[in-house]
Amino acid sequence: MKTILYIIQKEFKQIFRNKGMLPIIFVLPLLQLVILSNAATFEVKHIKFGYIDNDHTSTSRALVEKFNASTYFDVLTDFPSEALASSAMLKGEVDVVLEIPHYFERDLQKEKYIDLGVTINAIDGAAAGVENVYVTQIIQRFNQHLKVDLLQPSDKLVQPTNIDTIPLFWYNETLNYKTFMVPGILVLLVSMITLFLSGMNIVREKEIGTLEQINVTPIKKSQFIIGKLFPFWVIGMGLLTVGLILARLIFNVPMLGSLVLMYLYTSIYILVILGIGLFISNFTDTQQQAMFIAWFFVVIFILMSGLFTPIESMPRWAQIVTEFNPIKYYVEVMRMVMLKGSGFMDILPLLLKTLLYALIMNGLAVWSYKKTT
Amino acid sequence: MKRFIGFIKKEFYHIFRDKRSLFILFGMPIAQILLFGFAITNEINNVDIAILDHSKDATTEEIINKISASKYFTIKQMVTREADIASVFKKGQVKAVLNFEKDFSKNLIKEHKATVQIITDATDPNTANTISNYVNAILQKYQKELNKDITIAYQIVPETRMVYNPELKSVYMFVPGVMTIILMLVSAMMTSISITREKELGTMEILLVSPLKPFQVIIGKVFPYIFLSIINAVVIVILSIFIFNMPVQGSLFLLALESILFIISALALGILISTISESQQTAMMISLMGLMLPVILLSGFIFPISSMPMPLQIISHIIPAKWFIIIIKGIMLKGVGLQFIWKETLILLGMTVFFIALSVKKYKIRLE
Repeated sequence: MKTILYIIQKEFKQIFRNKGMLPIIFVLPLLQLVILSNAATFEVKHIKFGYIDNDHTSTSRALVEKFNASTYFDVLTDFPSEALASSAMLKGEVDVVLEIPHYFERDLQKEKYIDLGVTINAIDGAAAGVENVYVTQIIQRFNQHLKVDLLQPSDKLVQPTNIDTIPLFWYNETLNYKTFMVPGILVLLVSMITLFLSGMNIVREKEIGTLEQINVTPIKKSQFIIGKLFPFWVIGMGLLTVGLILARLIFNVPMLGSLVLMYLYTSIYILVILGIGLFISNFTDTQQQAMFIAWFFVVIFILMSGLFTPIESMPRWAQIVTEFNPIKYYVEVMRMVMLKGSGFMDILPLLLKTLLYALIMNGLAVWSYKKTT
Repeated sequence: MKRFIGFIKKEFYHIFRDKRSLFILFGMPIAQILLFGFAITNEINNVDIAILDHSKDATTEEIINKISASKYFTIKQMVTREADIASVFKKGQVKAVLNFEKDFSKNLIKEHKATVQIITDATDPNTANTISNYVNAILQKYQKELNKDITIAYQIVPETRMVYNPELKSVYMFVPGVMTIILMLVSAMMTSISITREKELGTMEILLVSPLKPFQVIIGKVFPYIFLSIINAVVIVILSIFIFNMPVQGSLFLLALESILFIISALALGILISTISESQQTAMMISLMGLMLPVILLSGFIFPISSMPMPLQIISHIIPAKWFIIIIKGIMLKGVGLQFIWKETLILLGMTVFFIALSVKKYKIRLE
C-alpha cells in the first residue's frame, strides 16, 4: 500500500511540475465547455433569403412582406433576374430563393390556384428540410389570409374536420439546446483528457527509457499500474466536479437526479477509459502511435455516441458497434440523471454494462502489460 | 541546397522506417471514412414511441396503423395510464408518447375536432422537434383524406426545388466534414511532435549545430508529411466518389490544389505547435484537445454556423477547417470554379503564411 502511495505521489509531482501541461489539463477543457456549448445547435435561424418578384403587385409584395416579418428569414435580397439569384446561391450568399411568376396576382384571381417556385440550397439536407417547412408554413398562413380577404359571397363555407395536435416537450419545454449539449460536451472532455493522458503515459516511459528502470525495482506490476492511473482518475473526477458547477452556474442546466449517482457512475466509467488507455500504451512503441490510436477511437466514440446524431437512425450493424462505445453510455446516463431525474434502478442496466466493460478492459490491459514488457 | 536535400531524405527515411506508424496513419482514415460515411446521418428513422390510447376506436386504430407503417416510427409499447409516461421516459425506452383523448372518433364526427397530445422527451430538442413535426405531417395527410370533398378557395402552392442535393442525402454533408477533420487532425498531429520529439530525445542539439537555416529545417520537416497527407487525401476522395457516390461537379484539379493548400496549412499549424511546446506530450495534447472539438463544432461540419451566436461566428473565422469545408462543398457539390471561392482560398493561404512565418520566428536556435 505504501509503495502505491509513493508512486502516486511521484506521478502527481510529475504532472504538477510540467508547467506547459497544467493549463491544457485544467483550463482548456473548461474553456471549451463554456464556449463550445453555445455552438452546438440544430436550430435553423437567420436563413439567408432572396426573392425574384416578376409581378410587382400588391399581392406579391404582401407575400414578400410575410417573409420579411418572420423571425427565421434574414437579409431580404431582391434579385432582378433568376441568373443573378442562382449565382448568389453558388457563392453561398443566399440559401432560399422565392420566385414569384409574372401575372401572379391576375392568375391567382382567375384560377384560384397557383404554383410558386422555391429554390433551397440542400447541401445540408436536414437544414433544407426545416427551411422547406418554414416556407410552407408562411405560405399557408398567407393562403388563409387570402381566403378571408377574397372570399366571394357565393362561396359556401363547409366546416372541415380537424385533428388538433398538442405538442408537449417534456424535460426541456423551451427546447434549449444548451441544456442538452452541456452534459454531453462535459462527458467528451472528461473522456478525452483521461484517455489521452493515460494512453500516452506509460508509452512515454517506454520511449524515454525509464520504464526499464522501474522494471528492475521491486514494485509489483499491479502496484505500478494502480499508482500510474490513479492520478488520472482523480483529474477526471475533478474535471467533472468543476464542469458540473459551471453547468449549473453559467448554463443553468437542471440537475434533477442524484449527484451521488452521477459520481458513482463516473467513477466506474473512468476506469473503462483508463483501461483502454493502458491497453493502447501496451501495444505501441511511441507516444505518436499511442496518440494516433487514441485519436482514432475518440473520433469514432464521439461521432457514434448519439451526442450529435441519433443512434436509432444508424444502420443495424452500426448500432451494434455503438454497444461497445463507452461514451454512448456516459452521455445517456448523464442526460438521464441530470435532465430527467432517472434513479438508480433506471440506470442499473447501463451501470452494470459499464462495470463489466471496466473489468474486461482492465483485465486485458493488465494481462497484455505482463506479456509485452 | 545539397545539404537541404540530404536533410529531406533523412526525414523521409525516418518516417518510412516506422512501418507501424505508417500503417496507423493510412489505415485509420480509411476505416473512419467508411464507418462514418455509412453510419452517420442526421435524418431521423425508426424512433421508438409509445401509445396511450384512451379512445380505442376505429379512427385511432387507423391513425396508429399509419404511424406504425411510416419508416420514421416503431411502436415499442402501449401505455395504459398517464402516470406511466414519466417512468417510460426515465428508463429511456421511448422518445415520444402519443396520447389520444377519450372519445376521439365521436368528437371528430360530432364536433369536427379531436385532440391528440404528442408528448416528447425533449432532453434531445432536435429529435423531439422532428418527431413532433413528423407526427403532425402524418396526421395532416390523414386529415386531408377526411376533408377531400371540401374545396378550399385560393391556394398558393410552393413548388420546392432542392438544389445541389435533391435527395437530401446526409452523406453529402458528412463526407466533406469527415474528410476535413481527418486531414486537419492527422496533419497537425504529425508535425506537432516533429520538433518536440527531437527536443525530447536529445537530437535537437545536433540539428542546431548543423549549418541548416531555421526555415530549411522547418520546410525539411514538413515536406515528407505533405507527401503522406496528399496520399491520404487522394485515398479519401477516391473512397468518397466510388463508395459514397459523392459527385465532383467542379474541377478535380482545383480540388487537388485546394486540398494541398489545406494540408499545408494544417501541417504548418502543427509545426507552430511543435516550436512552442516543450514535450511531445504537450504538443499532442495541444493538437488533440485544442483542435478536435473546435474543428468538429465550429467548422460547420455538423452544426450550421449561421445559427450560432455572433461571438462564436467570429471565432469560427479563425478555424481553417471552416473555409476548407466551404471550398470542398463548393467544388464537389455545386461545381463552382475559383471565381466563386477565391476569397476562402485567399484566407487559407493567408493563414498558412502566417503559421509558417510565426513558426520560423518562434523556432529557437538555442536550447534552454
